[in-house]
Amino acid sequence: MRNIWIIAKREYDHYFISPIAYVVAFVILLTLGIIFAINLFYYMQNSFGGFSAAPDVSPIFGAFLFLLVLSTPALTMRLIADEARMGTLELLLTAPVRDFELVAGKWLGAMFYVLTLLVVTLIYPIILNQFVSPGIDQRVVMTSYLGVILVAASFLALGTGISAMFTNQIASFFTTLALFVFLWWLVGFPANVITGSGAELFRYLDMQSHYYDTFSRGILELKDILYYLSLIALGLFSGTVAVEMRRWR
Amino acid sequence: MIQVEGLTKDYGTRRALHSISFDANQGEIVGFLGPNGAGKTTTMRILTGYMPPTEGTAIVAGYDVLEESLEVRKRVGYLPETVPLYNDMTALDYLKFMADLRRLPNPKERAYETLEMVNLSDRANSYIGTFSKGMRQRVGLAQALLHRPEVLILDEPTIGLDPTQVVEIRSLIREIGKDRTVLFSTHILSEAQQICDRVLIINKGQIVAEDTPENLQSRVLGAERVILRVRGDADGLADTVKKVKGTRNVTAKSDESIEFEFSAGQDVRPQVAKAVVQAGYELLEMRTLGLSLEEIFLELTQNNTSNKGHGGKS
Repeated sequence: MRNIWIIAKREYDHYFISPIAYVVAFVILLTLGIIFAINLFYYMQNSFGGFSAAPDVSPIFGAFLFLLVLSTPALTMRLIADEARMGTLELLLTAPVRDFELVAGKWLGAMFYVLTLLVVTLIYPIILNQFVSPGIDQRVVMTSYLGVILVAASFLALGTGISAMFTNQIASFFTTLALFVFLWWLVGFPANVITGSGAELFRYLDMQSHYYDTFSRGILELKDILYYLSLIALGLFSGTVAVEMRRWR
Repeated sequence: MIQVEGLTKDYGTRRALHSISFDANQGEIVGFLGPNGAGKTTTMRILTGYMPPTEGTAIVAGYDVLEESLEVRKRVGYLPETVPLYNDMTALDYLKFMADLRRLPNPKERAYETLEMVNLSDRANSYIGTFSKGMRQRVGLAQALLHRPEVLILDEPTIGLDPTQVVEIRSLIREIGKDRTVLFSTHILSEAQQICDRVLIINKGQIVAEDTPENLQSRVLGAERVILRVRGDADGLADTVKKVKGTRNVTAKSDESIEFEFSAGQDVRPQVAKAVVQAGYELLEMRTLGLSLEEIFLELTQNNTSNKGHGGKS
């Protein structure tokens, strides 16, 4: 377990010297800030009439998730692919480190980076709380944060797994992006068209519905938590297998 | 320390190693010689636990590389051919990271001490990305030495270095090899001759010879070749030498020098010297031309397929 922590720490530090991390942070935080400001402004304009709905945090989380689908591949593409290209994977694979610890450490490092961004976004619910009386729904804020963390962890785990399969970062990026677009936007569509158990399956696979049906409404359901946990496990497992396969060829 | 038995490695349908076997003991520096693609790196990668063998066993520092890979990796220091460095880290941070992964006590002090060993302590806080090739090689070596391993495996440690650096690294390897097992690969034969206690010559995935550099030389040689130089004209000198019993293949080399051979163990140099002086020549020089490892190497690797007569354990 300590190895996971050591690798995660190095990976986290590495984000703060790489331009990609700053670009991602800049784009995400700027977009969220603009969306937040527009929402707040709109609310202030209308609130004097006394008929406007109270502003909530859901647009912020929605935007964050949308940006996460597009930016996570950039955050995970180099995690293992670049180690393979630079030859440093040979160093890690001949150090007393288990393959799983390497993959999990890489994932955790990326997770810490996204959590850092999430901490910055705490400012929005805090500001919003000042404007609304008697305060915003704390429960929705908390379940939404939990949901976003689980979605981010799933994306990062799948991205890490894919990065382990490639030596080329660009190939890793586009494969990851394609998978996310599929799981986030496309896989839910057939559920609206067909009926029966097939529709159920597609609905179950849809990553969005597990967040928007429960977490974003302040509901916690075990099945949704399990869904994301199993995606995390799948990502880390396939990453470990991919690293092991590198040894055999 | 290292015991290899029938090690075989297939890449797909291509067989890179054909059942090789060898040992290396503590305090021994073993040179692994062979042309590119002979199987040196493959063997080293198996011994360091990077990849599993297709067949055969390898015991390193008392543990099986396949069954107890983590134990082997704890006890082996490895410098791969492409030095694995993070350009975005300082030399000290890099070694500290590796020391952490290896669970060494006082990682920072250990990292610094190891940098001192490779003469880089003055650049401890510089980024590895700014380092010259020789410095990078030394950081890589420091990484391999960090945990003071029982077995050190170095894949072409002197490649791409300038002559001064080569000398430095070689003396460092000799120093380290006093109480550890060192296996290092090279295709520079004189290097093996200088550093190694024993040389393994590998070609096309097979060990074609295994011996001390000196024994290899005399085994391949069979005869010693001598160059003889006199002042002034060497006309008729060849005939004079030919008359001495035991000389062979006498050939004129230039106006003032000739070469001849004699069978190993039948040194005829005193008789030749006497005959030459008696014939009125002024003898300036007479020395044996040792067969270099280069020649031994070519002899062994080229005759490998048709004639295994020179081979030790092949």
